[in-house]
Amino acid sequence: MANLSMYGEMIRIRFLMMLAYRTNYYSGILIYSINIGAYYFLWQAIYGSQETLGGLSVMQMTTYVAIAWMARAFYFNNIDREIAQEIQEGKVAIEMIRPYHYLAVKTMQGLGEGLFRLLFFSVPGMFIIWLAFPIDFSNSLNVWALFFISIIFSFIVNTQINLITGILTFFLLYNTGLIRAKRVVIDLFSGLLLPISFYPIWAQDIMMFLPFQAISYIPSMIFTEGFTGAEVYSALGIQLFWALFLIIPIQFLWVIAKKQLIIQGG
Amino acid sequence: MFYLSIFFQYAAQYLKTRMTYRGDLVVEIFSDLLFQAVNLIFILVVFGHTALLAGWSREEIIFIYGFFLVPYAIFSAFFNIWDFNDRYIVKGEMDRVLTRPIHSLFQIIIERMELESLFGVITGLAIMFYAGSQLGLELSWYDPFVFILMVIGGAFIYAGIFICLASISFWSDSKTDIMPMMYNIGNYGRYPVDIYNNVIRFVLTWILPFAFVGVYPAAFFLGRTEWYTYAFLTPVMGVVFLSIAYFLWNAGVKRYRGAGN
Repeated sequence: MANLSMYGEMIRIRFLMMLAYRTNYYSGILIYSINIGAYYFLWQAIYGSQETLGGLSVMQMTTYVAIAWMARAFYFNNIDREIAQEIQEGKVAIEMIRPYHYLAVKTMQGLGEGLFRLLFFSVPGMFIIWLAFPIDFSNSLNVWALFFISIIFSFIVNTQINLITGILTFFLLYNTGLIRAKRVVIDLFSGLLLPISFYPIWAQDIMMFLPFQAISYIPSMIFTEGFTGAEVYSALGIQLFWALFLIIPIQFLWVIAKKQLIIQGG
Repeated sequence: MFYLSIFFQYAAQYLKTRMTYRGDLVVEIFSDLLFQAVNLIFILVVFGHTALLAGWSREEIIFIYGFFLVPYAIFSAFFNIWDFNDRYIVKGEMDRVLTRPIHSLFQIIIERMELESLFGVITGLAIMFYAGSQLGLELSWYDPFVFILMVIGGAFIYAGIFICLASISFWSDSKTDIMPMMYNIGNYGRYPVDIYNNVIRFVLTWILPFAFVGVYPAAFFLGRTEWYTYAFLTPVMGVVFLSIAYFLWNAGVKRYRGAGN
């Protein structure tokens, strides 16, 4: 169990590191609010006089936008870029001989960062947005609980995709292009910019077979109660499936990567 | 002249490094195209649900987006300073920059340029010509000149805002996630500002004037006479914001004490 406390420590240290720099987060909240505000008016204009679009009312859409961006603060991290940088600078050689699992450490650091942003950014940010815009918070405890389970899966799936992108640096050596492409794909296919139900049917059918919906669309739909009853549980099932399934390519790539590691200076 | 020759030497050096990792270069240009496609898809999907956005048609919005891409491409090719804080202040790299015989801001610009972003100019022009022909827009002899002026103004505004934000690092060296977020806010300048409420419209016009890198100048080419005053303010705003940024930067450098080891 010494192992577990070590990883716990990783989370704590990253959390404290972020805490040391917390002042700037308050300005971040302001910027986030402007962002969500602009989105809100954009959607108002898009709805025009229509009651519902893509199965969501204007009110639900506003809530969707707000929660999607606030949840993003929790699951988002840059560990793909960190891994790529450590590989390029040769630091990864030292990391590999340390008595821990490199990928687990990166995940824990991402979690520490996520927890920090959840507490110091999303929660106060959500409160301010709730004051400024007509947002519909569910008063059912059940919805909140399911939402929290769901964003934990968001974090897991998003982090796994970041790990895959990061590990690919071992093979590509220089990886900024892929990292950027991945971010764009996630923004579009995860439902952050547009709920998946807005897309044409053929596109929705494709996205249903991709892991990205597990990152943003599912938790946001649970929160806005766009999903109800059995839909919620099957959505959580999809998230669980991807969280387990993505372990396979990660493990596979990691084993090969260790074998053919090239240190580019250091 | 000295600056110009340094610039070309850095550019040549840059091309060499990029050619070393050719595979990544291709992926990067592809990812830029993907990014531009995403925004286009957003517009297309939205207009799948509505015919007009506050009285603007789909082709007009696409045209505005095409225009936006041109100054944005120039900005992202040369003003890659969104991670200035991390890269230069926290790691102490700024000390090295200050020992160089050219202006520190110029040094950072040439170190961090990403010339492949200039591809966006082509995409932008292609989108504009496509949307323009759909709308049946006529090209006058002065349009290309106005266009260049507007593009320079827009690129200056973007550069000014981001340099100002980077300069904040001189006063507070703590990490901030503002910069990536700014890229998102920049997107809102691409939609007709009359859809926003007064506060956001004011912010997008005078404080973070992203509307000048999208809807205002594009309104000129779309013949929306009600916005002409704003359209012609674009180059003025560009010069004003870049000057503010320049002074703020210099003041910041004076204050810089070094944070690295």
